[in-house]
Amino acid sequence: MTAGGVADRLPRLLTLVPYLLARPGIAVAEAAADFGVGEAQLRRDLELLWMCGLPGYGPGDLVDLSFEGDTVTVTFDAGLRRPLRLSGAEAATLAVALRALADAPGVVDADAVQRALAKIEDAAGRAGSRAADSADAGAGEGVAVVLGRSPGGAEDAVRRAVETGRALRLTYYSASRDAVGRRVVDPMRLLLVDASAYLEAWCRRAEGVRLFRLDRVDDAEVLDEPSAPPPGARGREGAGEDLLRPDDGAHVAALVLRPAARWVAEYYPVEDLHADDDGSARVTMRYGDRDWMVRFVLGLGDAVEVLAPPDLAAAVQVRARDALAAYGEA
Amino acid sequence: MTTSPSARAERLVNLVLCLLSTRQYLSAERIRATVPGYADVASDEAFFRMFERDKAELRELGVPLETGRSSLAEPIDGYRIARGDYELPDIDLAPDEATAVALAARLWDSPAMAGAARTALQKLRAAGIAVDPDAASAVQPRLRATEAAFAPLLAASRAGRVVTFTHRSHPTAEARTRTVEPWGVVSWRGRWYLVGHDRDRDDVRCFRLSRIGDDVRAVGARGAVTPPPDVDLVAIVAASAGPPPATGRARIRLAPGRAAGLRRSAHPDPGGDPDVVEIDLSRVDTAARWIAGHGPDAVVLEPPELRAAVVALLRGSRDRTPEAADAGSAR
Repeated sequence: MTAGGVADRLPRLLTLVPYLLARPGIAVAEAAADFGVGEAQLRRDLELLWMCGLPGYGPGDLVDLSFEGDTVTVTFDAGLRRPLRLSGAEAATLAVALRALADAPGVVDADAVQRALAKIEDAAGRAGSRAADSADAGAGEGVAVVLGRSPGGAEDAVRRAVETGRALRLTYYSASRDAVGRRVVDPMRLLLVDASAYLEAWCRRAEGVRLFRLDRVDDAEVLDEPSAPPPGARGREGAGEDLLRPDDGAHVAALVLRPAARWVAEYYPVEDLHADDDGSARVTMRYGDRDWMVRFVLGLGDAVEVLAPPDLAAAVQVRARDALAAYGEA
Repeated sequence: MTTSPSARAERLVNLVLCLLSTRQYLSAERIRATVPGYADVASDEAFFRMFERDKAELRELGVPLETGRSSLAEPIDGYRIARGDYELPDIDLAPDEATAVALAARLWDSPAMAGAARTALQKLRAAGIAVDPDAASAVQPRLRATEAAFAPLLAASRAGRVVTFTHRSHPTAEARTRTVEPWGVVSWRGRWYLVGHDRDRDDVRCFRLSRIGDDVRAVGARGAVTPPPDVDLVAIVAASAGPPPATGRARIRLAPGRAAGLRRSAHPDPGGDPDVVEIDLSRVDTAARWIAGHGPDAVVLEPPELRAAVVALLRGSRDRTPEAADAGSAR
């Protein structure tokens, strides 16, 4: 949709008057930024509003604006004093997200979220209950969100360190190494991606920016020293999968997933999915840590076949033999 | 007759202002004579077509357009907008609440939801609330809904329309067409599901959105689907996608200093041996995969069925690939 489309522009026009009314003398550029349009477009919107008004449409009936330098002030609002109530979709978008955040593992202050949720629901409910026959009256939210599991209780200390800019000593479980270790990190920010919350921080031991999943933080101690990532330390850009792309998926395995292991293709980032006639799937899968990959393949038994690399296949087999020996099987 | 988008926007704003300013219901003819932009329309037919479109546009936007008659003497229905229904009620957010709302609006990483979040924030700001979109920039929330099926399924759920789509029961299965009465979409621990009544199976079903094709079609009338009262969509997904409750415990002997993940999930051993742990057991196959992956570092002591499942997986790994055996012995 372009900025000129009526479906996009009409809501902006109706919202613009009360917005400006609440901010006398606001810079046109600032208003444009708040509405996500260019300054030229916002000026066209203001020119259009100037032509609108109450029946009679004389000089005293039209929306009136005064410009001073690069700022604008509404001097007559023609009755557009308040924004239109939240639509069902808008209220649902905020309410569903707030409910999810209220239960989210420690990223935000749950108390403030609950209070905000109550107010948004109240405003939407009061308006909605009296709604006439608008298109979305009575529509259900149609969407619900449950984020990840609750972590172990260290999340408050992590959040405090981010908010106050302090360094942290973490006791952290690394799933790739299947080991718990201690390290000092310089927190940068908290991320909530899909179901899981992460601390993005400079790891002094690894000398790099790392993501730490909050439900794997076993203990966190806020230190007296400030969080001081080196000047060059950059957070991850973008969103979604880019944000979570493994740092070091340097190795590639070629696998055959038998029907019993086809679920792997949906739960792990595999590429080059190719269906075989017997119901198997051939895939390639990136991995960073070989020990992790050995554990992963070993746990799948004969439901997976390693085509490459040979050393991965061999290591899996050696581990299987050793394990069977531990069960008393030669 | 065509009008420029700009002229139409101007006409619609004037229509809203006109209907907000009246307590009387105004007839279509009266509106035609009053609101600039309608007067130039030559024929009655063109006017009514234009007016119908304009009413639909306003209702789509959520403008509460009322129809009725101011007195019994009036021959036909007229229109007005009740200010109390139109205006956003008073809402007062404390700074930390406004930050929470700004974060909530940022959560959505999907065009369908992000657009509504953006206009919702603009309205709150127009009500004088300082909602800083960059508030709490130390927190970056993201909830992706990248599946093509998301927007049409959400729209159909809200409109109460039956949908058809193709669906694969697993990633490499053949796609089959389904007809479903949609009740809603649910993001459960990072994965999206559609919940609804599957007409083909005549039962409640959850469908992972990643297994649904990009061919979702809404069929039939709006409002044809009504979810059962008090239906709990999240509970339905949790029961379908989540792990079943634990039914017992498994005892495992671990190599000293190894298998930290198993140790983190374990109950302390009543016997006091740090290398014997007990974990909750719900599904034997899932637990067996996890334990077998540790090879000789984790040996199941009980129950026997878990021990047998782990041994079966290990035998599978040992016997699976003759080529790998050669590679192994050549080292």
